[in-house]
Amino acid sequence: MPETRRRGNALIRFDNVTKLYPNQALPALQDLTVEIEKGEFVFLVGPSGSGKSTFLRLVLKEERPTSGRIRVAGKDLHRLSNWKVPHLRRRIGTVFQDFRLLPNKTLFENVAFALQVIGKSRRQINRDVPAVLELVGLDGKENRLPDQLSGGEQQRVAIARAFVNRPLILLADEPTGNLDPATSVGIMKLLDRINRTGTTVVMATHDQSIVDQMRKRVIELDAGRLVRDQSRGVYGYTR
Amino acid sequence: MRFQYVFSEVVTGLRRNLTMTLAVVITVAISMGFLGTGLLLRAQAETMKDYWYDKIEISVFMCNAFDKGAGCAGGQVTDEQKAKIEQTLTSHPEVQSVFYESQDEAYQHFREQFQNSIADTITPDQLQEAYRVQLGNPEEFEGVVSAVAGLPGVHQVVDQRELLEPFFDVINGLQWAAAAVTAIMVVAAVLLIANTIRLAAFSRRRETGIMRLVGASNFYIQLPFILEAAIAGVTGAVLAAAGVVLVKALFIDGRLAKVLEFVAWVDWNDTLEIVPWLMVSGVLLTAVAAFLTLRRYLRV
Repeated sequence: MPETRRRGNALIRFDNVTKLYPNQALPALQDLTVEIEKGEFVFLVGPSGSGKSTFLRLVLKEERPTSGRIRVAGKDLHRLSNWKVPHLRRRIGTVFQDFRLLPNKTLFENVAFALQVIGKSRRQINRDVPAVLELVGLDGKENRLPDQLSGGEQQRVAIARAFVNRPLILLADEPTGNLDPATSVGIMKLLDRINRTGTTVVMATHDQSIVDQMRKRVIELDAGRLVRDQSRGVYGYTR
Repeated sequence: MRFQYVFSEVVTGLRRNLTMTLAVVITVAISMGFLGTGLLLRAQAETMKDYWYDKIEISVFMCNAFDKGAGCAGGQVTDEQKAKIEQTLTSHPEVQSVFYESQDEAYQHFREQFQNSIADTITPDQLQEAYRVQLGNPEEFEGVVSAVAGLPGVHQVVDQRELLEPFFDVINGLQWAAAAVTAIMVVAAVLLIANTIRLAAFSRRRETGIMRLVGASNFYIQLPFILEAAIAGVTGAVLAAAGVVLVKALFIDGRLAKVLEFVAWVDWNDTLEIVPWLMVSGVLLTAVAAFLTLRRYLRV
């Protein structure tokens, strides 16, 4: 199929992807075909259970699709062997609603951990971690523990950890879900700045005002189906 | 690879799961202790067999100057009588080979077998010249025995295999018992390790979750757990090895060898050869059990 080849250089590419979890009657994703290009900022919207998180988990190869093809960063995930999955994940940063910081490590150690466990040298850690902490606006707070930080600051740490290895893709699963609107705006500015460095950002969210303000591409899912793919879109989801 | 991280993870892990780790150490020590006992019994049986069992099947003991009895009326066996006995043996169809053992050789063997014990009180002329006979078919000993038993100069014909059989049966039985206990204890150890690893994986699920997410390799994620298990395994094996050494020093050398001087006991070489086996088995047992458990609880 020559057409498939031509379109094959998208950074993330879903081809007729269906995901059916065991013991569930309805698929989490149904026949989803979508492409995300390098450098894009994409909102993934839709009600709870519409398949947003499943989408992100499929990109990370935490789940395998029941049918269909997924390509990420030039790799066919179906053919990617298990022992190579960690290398895929090194090129993808991930941020969650609940921050997922290690409570007994300082802010600096939390970010450094991401580099340590992929075998980076101490020299590189001492160079990259302060730089990324400055980027997220947390320089000077290196020795704080997570519970000494506000929610917004904790999310900045999580973003720093996801970004410190300069990934191609940043996945964010409702990153503002636990934050008040003012703090959320700060986080969105940070994600926008990261996007401007060339990193593709895919953010699953419920936050209507944020989507409406940012005017980025919006992919809307409902019950596992693609119902809208709109550039410079609004949330547009009516209950 | 950042060894410092791995090392500190191992230390924290061991401390956090101290009670479970101790339980693993104890079960590994007991299972490896029984394995060591089995190996020691085997070495003991080999030691005895080496001398008696594999070399000889029938021994034809000939009269020395002190012997009395039917065949020994003429005192010490003469060269003519020996020639007749040897000819009878070599011409017998069931006999495979015949070795002659002089009084001096008998004395040498005696010394080797019972070093440091009663050998010093014996002189060569108190021992007997003998023909050591190997049979084509060991079951056919009766014909050979009756062919030479009545000849002049023959003091006694002994089928040594038959004499030793019950003794080896006992050792064999003990070996099987040790193997059975080893197997049961190994199962217990594996189950305990699996449970310990499960707890450890659960208590560190935050860390391992993040590691997976940022792309740490499986090996890197699993290494601290496997090392923890292996350290417990080594510790258990060291205790078991110490037990085996104590059994050799205190029980065999300190007691048995003093009471039963006529038995050749397993030596230090054979005893120490068991130690590396226990180490390797202890580490493999725990590391493999840990690895298999992790495949279930730390999936990609």
